[in-house]
Amino acid sequence: MEHTSPFERIIRGVLIAAVLLFFLFPILWIFLMSFQTNEQVLRIPPSLFFSPTTINYTSLVTGKLQTAAGSLDLAFMRNLGNSVLLSSVSVALALVLGVPAAYAFARFKFPLSEDIAFTLLSFRFAPPLLVLLPLSLYFQAIGLDDTYIGLIWVYQLIALPLILWIVRGYFEDISPDIEYAYRIAGHSWLQTFTRIAIPLARPGIAAAGLLAFIFCWNNFVFALILASADKQPVTVGALAFVTASGIQYGQIAAAIVLSVTPTLALALFAQRYLVEGLSLGAVKG
Amino acid sequence: MAQIELRSLTKSYKTGKVLKGVSLVAEQGEIVCVFGPSGVGKTVLLRLIAGVEELDAGAIFLEGRDVTDAPPETRGVGIAFQNFALFPHMTAFDNIGSALTAHGASASIIKAKVEKVAALLKITHVLSHLPRALSNGQKQRTALARALAADPKIVLLDDPLRNVDAKLRYEMRLELPSLLRASGATVLYVTQDYKEAMAIGDRIAVLVDGRFEQIAAPPAIYRGPASVSVARLFGDPSINLIPIKPKATKDGAVCEIGGATVSLAEIHAATPGRSLLLGLRPESLNVSDQQAPDSFPVEVMAVTPLNEKTVLLLRTHDGQEIFASEAGVENETRQPGPAFARFDATRALVFDEASGARIEGRA
Repeated sequence: MEHTSPFERIIRGVLIAAVLLFFLFPILWIFLMSFQTNEQVLRIPPSLFFSPTTINYTSLVTGKLQTAAGSLDLAFMRNLGNSVLLSSVSVALALVLGVPAAYAFARFKFPLSEDIAFTLLSFRFAPPLLVLLPLSLYFQAIGLDDTYIGLIWVYQLIALPLILWIVRGYFEDISPDIEYAYRIAGHSWLQTFTRIAIPLARPGIAAAGLLAFIFCWNNFVFALILASADKQPVTVGALAFVTASGIQYGQIAAAIVLSVTPTLALALFAQRYLVEGLSLGAVKG
Repeated sequence: MAQIELRSLTKSYKTGKVLKGVSLVAEQGEIVCVFGPSGVGKTVLLRLIAGVEELDAGAIFLEGRDVTDAPPETRGVGIAFQNFALFPHMTAFDNIGSALTAHGASASIIKAKVEKVAALLKITHVLSHLPRALSNGQKQRTALARALAADPKIVLLDDPLRNVDAKLRYEMRLELPSLLRASGATVLYVTQDYKEAMAIGDRIAVLVDGRFEQIAAPPAIYRGPASVSVARLFGDPSINLIPIKPKATKDGAVCEIGGATVSLAEIHAATPGRSLLLGLRPESLNVSDQQAPDSFPVEVMAVTPLNEKTVLLLRTHDGQEIFASEAGVENETRQPGPAFARFDATRALVFDEASGARIEGRA
């Protein structure tokens, strides 16, 4: 790093700029699109210069979509609320279940422990479509079809393995002697877990929870199949913009901007935590 | 009543058997140093007593109560780990107080007890700090304070001075015995430094090859080690062991060392005809330019002045290397070259070559 020629520095700058442009341009374009009418979006050639309009945002918030064919009702704000509800309750449940399980896998050697832990992780490998058809049939049979509870249950497939494996690494990094010291001082196993292990693993738990929240938020296919319009999150709700009279690009862009904002804000806010949390948990001391 | 009683404890790991029947009885107020080379199972022994590892066989009695299967929080011991094991998210005060919160003590009692033990260990000024803001010495004292705060009847200390610097180690070696004695607790003190064991212990339990090879007061262990392996662990440089085969003559037993005949008449343990090891502490060897009765010729190979003593590396004429040490450095004229060595027969030890056991010699 110390011995770089000006030429190398220039090359590096150009390459970094190219990568940034590659990844960030679509986001910039979406952001610009969200302030254009459908006609402006579909102009050929496209132009960076236009007179901005907030019509897309107002129609999303008021729930009335004006198209050439007439007025259409939109459930976008409700979808946004569903996303918040589904993601946060799913992550909360996954934390309640996953953190104690992670502790058990980290601290206790019981028969098949590695196999069970790996099986849980393998839920992340399987393509969701593989389980969705049988799952939707079962859900219809037992009445969980098109309910928040059913969706939150299925979202555990996303959140639980993630939390389990990240937090487990964190618990493994805590020296067992620290926990022993607390127990020998006269505290029960449960007190040691809640007052020593959980506080010490807190950065890892926070990072895992945040990541699980983002993954739940971004999920599309589970809700698409298992929920009807009033239970769907924004990812599925955005389909409503593909109307009989055409695709509402402006509103889609505005919807994307609105739905990305919470997770983006969360990720930026916790960026340091996230990077530290994920890397620390992975490396054993 | 014995405060700590261990009955033939055994413990194996996948790598092999670590403890092969360890027994010990320690009385009220006694400090027993568990001493042995590293990796011999000293820490495992403490963990078994604290209840964080499970025994394979044997029984543990603390304060007369069988705790063999009791969970750690019910055993009522205080422990200080070698790596301190402080709670990183709690202040020094809360760390020390953790032993008291478990028993439902009121905030004012906790405060009083923590401050008392902190004053004793001179860490009052850092009580509000988190462990990461403490120096190694302060961490070590905090860990010690935590072990003592709840006035446990039994205190287990796992090499508490290992991770502190040499100066502090010396200070603590002087302070610790009186501090521990004042607490009135029965203490098991693990160390792998024989000097520390001799400075701190009322008795030393020498753990060798999964068993206590000898349990005795420090001077008794130094002067009368039970076996070659115990003798080797005490002393720096370590004891010289010279294989001999005494022969009977009309003036008593003699043996041959480096081509010279040396009288063993004063060493009653030296039975003629047996294969023995003559154990000579470096400080009981006398090196001189002049030949004297019962001296044997040596070549001084190297002279190492160490301020308070000078260590000589000698080679006998049959090729054995032995150490001698002389008090002080007054003999600055000492040069490598031929010389004669003589040993103090009253301080010589005799071991059976085959078994390594020491042979008592006083008839």
